[in-house]
Amino acid sequence: MAFDQGLSHRFEIKGGDFAKAGRVSLEVKEILHDLGIDPVIARRVAIVSYEAEMNVVMYATRGEMVLQLDPEAIRIVLEDEGPGIRDTEMAMREGYSTATEQMREMGFGAGMGLPNIKKNADRFELTSEVGKGTCCRIVIHLSPGGRA
Amino acid sequence: MTLEEVVKLLEAEIVWGEQYLDQEFEFAGASDLMSDVLAFGKAGVLLLTGLANIQSVCTARIIEAKAVVYVRGRKPDKEGIELARMNKLPILSTGFLMYKACGLLYSHGIRGLEDR
Ligand SMILES: Nc1ncnc2c1ncn2[C@@H]1O[C@H](COP(=O)(O)OP(=O)(O)O)[C@@H](O)[C@H]1O
Ligand SMILES: [Mg+2]
Repeated sequence: MAFDQGLSHRFEIKGGDFAKAGRVSLEVKEILHDLGIDPVIARRVAIVSYEAEMNVVMYATRGEMVLQLDPEAIRIVLEDEGPGIRDTEMAMREGYSTATEQMREMGFGAGMGLPNIKKNADRFELTSEVGKGTCCRIVIHLSPGGRA
Repeated sequence: MTLEEVVKLLEAEIVWGEQYLDQEFEFAGASDLMSDVLAFGKAGVLLLTGLANIQSVCTARIIEAKAVVYVRGRKPDKEGIELARMNKLPILSTGFLMYKACGLLYSHGIRGLEDR
């Protein structure tokens, strides 16, 4: 495989930039497509990437996403600078959202993002420090049997 | 049902994607909530929505919708159409409201996401 040695991409995400929101995840999708990654897996990666990206756009100041590929798995680490999350367990609950009216009008803010990441990922770790930022670590296995 | 038949049935305008009129559709999903689309959408879906912002185009592409129908005469702005073009995502706009658009498609054999 082309990425036997491992492959890594880095993307910058700007908080509040709704016009560009999602572009990083579309690029991630494109990269995975070009590498010939299984479309079902690539779609799951795109969904988790997009949900995480939208959260940075909606809630944080800025963020950096690193996409890593190796023969076993696709890993996404998204670290942002922002308000952080006081109670990550509560944030993970379906329906919990602090989205503004403006975000809801845009079709977001149903409190389904983090649960949807969890559903599509094989591993999902959410850590946060109030006043500093939030970090999402996501792993999706490449082998069909690898899904936890 | 082909995209061309969808156009006729919904008396829709082809906003972008004339070259995809022979694409086939078996199932559709409808929502104005992108959160729902991301959670329940399936690859190959015909997506109906009344939300015409750039995120609706982006979301459709992320879930691999095969085409998007905007209801009540909505359509994405220039940037949205450009994003659809870049992603080869056909865009239709129908004057019908959501209920009628969905009802017409369903009564002509287009299934829901849960029936797939
Ligand atoms: N990167 C982040 N920075 C700060 N808060 C966040 C971040 N991501 C999520 N949150 C908080 O967790 C809540 C739930 O997130 P999510 O499940 O994606 O739902 P939604 O985005 O629809 O509100 C958000 O409303 C927000 O309060
Ligand atoms: Mg969210």
